[in-house]
Amino acid sequence: MALLSAFALTGCAAAPESVLNPAGPVAQMQLSYMYLSFWIMAAIFLVVAGVLVVAVIRFRERRGQERELPPQVEGNTALEVVWTIVPILLLAILGVVTVAGSFTLARLAPSSRALVVQVTGHQYWWAYTYPSLGITTANDLHIPVGEKVDLELTSKDVMHAFWVPRLGGKTDLVPGRTNYMWIEADRPGVYTGQCAEFCGTGHADMRLVVEAQTPAQFQAWVQSMKHPSSVPASGLARQGYLDFKTAGCFACHAIAGTPYQGVVGPNLTNLAQRPMIAGNILRNTPANLAAWLRNPPGVKPGALMPNLHLSPSQVRALVAYLESLH
Amino acid sequence: MAAISRALNAPTVVEPTEAGRGLWSWISVVDHKRIAHLYFMASGLFFLMAGIEALLMRVQLFAPNGHFVSAELFNQLFTMHGTTMIFLAVMPLFIGFFNAVVPLMIGARDVAYPRLNALSFWLFLAGALFLNSSWFLGGAPDAGWFNYAPINTSTYNPGPGIDFYAIGLQIAGIGTLMTGVNFLVTILNLRAPGMSLMRMPLFVWTVLVTSVLIILAFPPLTVNLFLLMFDRILGTQFFATAAGGQPLLWSNLFWVFGHPEVYILILPTFGIVSEVVATFSRKPLFGYSTMVLATVAIGFLSFMVWVHHMFTLGFGPWVNSIFALTSMIIAVPTGVKIFNWLATMWGGHVRFAMPMWWVVAFILTFTVGGMSGVMLAMAPADLQFNNSYFVVAHFHYVMIGGSLFGIIAGLYYWFPKICGRLMSERLGKWSFWFTVVGFNVTFFPMHFLGLIGMPRRIYTYAPGLGFTTWNEVSTVGAFILGVGVLLLAINVVVSAVAGRVASADPWDARTLEWAIPSPVPPYNFADIPLVRGRDALWVEKTHGDGRMLPAPAAHDGHAPPGTVHMPRPTALPALLAASVLALGYAMLYRSVWAAVAAGAVAVYAIHRSMFTPDPGEFMRVLSEPGELAAQGGAH
Ligand code: HEC
Ligand SMILES: [Cu+2]
Repeated sequence: MALLSAFALTGCAAAPESVLNPAGPVAQMQLSYMYLSFWIMAAIFLVVAGVLVVAVIRFRERRGQERELPPQVEGNTALEVVWTIVPILLLAILGVVTVAGSFTLARLAPSSRALVVQVTGHQYWWAYTYPSLGITTANDLHIPVGEKVDLELTSKDVMHAFWVPRLGGKTDLVPGRTNYMWIEADRPGVYTGQCAEFCGTGHADMRLVVEAQTPAQFQAWVQSMKHPSSVPASGLARQGYLDFKTAGCFACHAIAGTPYQGVVGPNLTNLAQRPMIAGNILRNTPANLAAWLRNPPGVKPGALMPNLHLSPSQVRALVAYLESLH
Repeated sequence: MAAISRALNAPTVVEPTEAGRGLWSWISVVDHKRIAHLYFMASGLFFLMAGIEALLMRVQLFAPNGHFVSAELFNQLFTMHGTTMIFLAVMPLFIGFFNAVVPLMIGARDVAYPRLNALSFWLFLAGALFLNSSWFLGGAPDAGWFNYAPINTSTYNPGPGIDFYAIGLQIAGIGTLMTGVNFLVTILNLRAPGMSLMRMPLFVWTVLVTSVLIILAFPPLTVNLFLLMFDRILGTQFFATAAGGQPLLWSNLFWVFGHPEVYILILPTFGIVSEVVATFSRKPLFGYSTMVLATVAIGFLSFMVWVHHMFTLGFGPWVNSIFALTSMIIAVPTGVKIFNWLATMWGGHVRFAMPMWWVVAFILTFTVGGMSGVMLAMAPADLQFNNSYFVVAHFHYVMIGGSLFGIIAGLYYWFPKICGRLMSERLGKWSFWFTVVGFNVTFFPMHFLGLIGMPRRIYTYAPGLGFTTWNEVSTVGAFILGVGVLLLAINVVVSAVAGRVASADPWDARTLEWAIPSPVPPYNFADIPLVRGRDALWVEKTHGDGRMLPAPAAHDGHAPPGTVHMPRPTALPALLAASVLALGYAMLYRSVWAAVAAGAVAVYAIHRSMFTPDPGEFMRVLSEPGELAAQGGAH
């Protein structure tokens, strides 16, 4: 048990998704609850273990005691009342805190003017829509620091759960239902996490990336999303733009500023800006992009983007096009 | 003579030594003690299988980006590991103990419904075999043991795996439900004269409460599984959102069952620990009445906390607050139990034989599991813990460090009564240290893994998240634990064959089962005993001559002198279960004709069981206590 706290102090640096290293008020509050309950529990544990050790040492049968019986005590009401009441009092502390915390984490009042993001879970990726900004993106959630962000969560298929430990606990995405949670980041940075409700073969590869930005950076990102790059006029990227249609990509993917408006797969607007691809399991490099296009389920077991058996030249052109999407 | 009276459907006179020879005697078994053997053997095997599934998962998770098994196989492994451990290993191991000792502890000749008892076992076995045959018939279920909707619907899970889950658990579950009914009636109606409720051994109390929990908790599961089967076979839309179905209906019904289920898996351990602690401290159980009250309170509260498995599902602050508070309250009666066990040891002369070793380990590890449980009950904090490895650590501390350690304590304790031989203490200590050390090395680091962000049910993880070291430690621990369990299995087998022969009362114990020979003759008690106080045998040891007085004979008036009227063996329960198994496959393969045929056999078996009276048989009572063992035993 003491180990646990020692661990808490030292173990954070190497663990980028540690609950013990909060980066926002929600995770901070949750961590303080954990410590509170941990210390109370640790105290009780020490009492139990201490009494047990003493009992084992002091009251073990000694040589010569085989024939005599210890006093046949049947109970002691006063003692029993004590060890009923004391735990009740300790739990009352935890109970009060719990109720208060539950309401703090409840849905924000609609009047709070928080930035709203609609999060939709898909096997095995995340769709994000900012209704007030008219932006849709996927897998790469941008939020401004120092501001409560209200997440409205639902799912297109099975249940998922949104969990970025350093920003806060998780909430499930349930099809046919909207759940709410809010997050807030204290300082800029990239916070990662992953889906935490089993959702199928690709569950382990359904990772989360949240980029918390200064308000200025966030505004710049919003502008870039609202005014995406123009359609390439020439070169390999132009070929890729055309292949996007002929290879069938457009049936599933949307890219703002183009006629491509598929909704089955992730929105690819400004794809080149994203740090990761394939549900955030691969770095966004030309080589990884090419590997992904050649055989998605080979890269990510269970991925619902089929292997389209593209020719090497198609892959090259498509990569060039996708890389041009700033 | 025997053949004639059999033909006339009149009781025959049989020798106790005749009972229990040959395969047929097992198929037609109705004796609760031999049914206990069947439960122990079957659930022991399923326990080992589920353990192997766990080891395969641990190998896969040893290193990041592991490739030992595929994602698909991993998902089947964790689903089957959990489902098997809960439904096919730990619960039936407990039911094995119910059968092995409850009738003995209350001074009864058998359970209230011996045939139903056999049917319970055969249905459990049928369901278990059905579920596990999925490995060879198209793939095991792969949506986790709580099998959330809608990933369990045919849209997202078209293979047969989930059908195996739904039908298999349905079959086994009906058997368990009957066990609940049987033991409730047995305990309420068959206690020996003088054994009032407040004189029952605490283990019997926990079985009583557990039986009530089974009776109340399994119907929601049954309903849930039916709805799922309707969705999958008939195309109804209870859980599919597209047509307005409700995935959360599954979650709620499942946990309305699932939470009491975890108490079904822990209450009997509380009973075992209470018996062992009193016997080996050589003192009465401290605060017996409070312990009874705590047991009942836990059983009652276990129906009020189910949402704490679903704090992340978005029911809002009111619901979460209420269920967080009820969940915390349950820690109070549990804590009372722990303190009362400590107080029982306090001031005693504690004998450290193997059962007591396990009780000490149990108290420590179960307390750790209870503490993390209270942490989980804090709903806002649980949003971080939920579905993380912290939860995996928590429930293994409760299920292994709690339930299983108790089962092992009970095994060492009652083995001499069940098999007539003592288990080896030497091998026992080796097994103890491997198991306890291995267990903690495996599961303690999982607390850390959860806290640094590792969710459960992921088949692999990336390097650089800090998960690697603790996963390596955990995997090493799992193999140490595996050695410990293997040593225990060896100890059981070796001791059953060549262990030191046990007397009737090797521990100088307190309760009725120790008043009769080891192993127990088929009719248990030659004379139904008269109970003159709590800890019935102890009362006779301290206030009498150490032997039970016979109760004034009220029953068996029609049995010839020197015999006991016993139920006659019958294979009808096994036949009925076999036909239900066939019905299961008929549903799996959507074959109406096969279903009709299997159903017809089932109806026949039920009809025969109900309308052909069982004349029973008159079993001759052995004169010498040792006669049975001398002639080769009934087992
Ligand atoms: C049948 C629908 C479908 C088609 C056709 C399809 N995709 Fe996809 N695509 C998906 C899905 C679904 C995903 C998400 C996979 C995952 O992460 O699990 C995806 C993911 C991607 C990603 C990664 C996005 C990210 O942020 O992780 C890229 C890039 C991509 N597709 C490009 C293409 C290109 C180029 C084509 C045409 C050659 C194409 N897709 C055709 C469905 C499709
Ligand atoms: Cu998911």
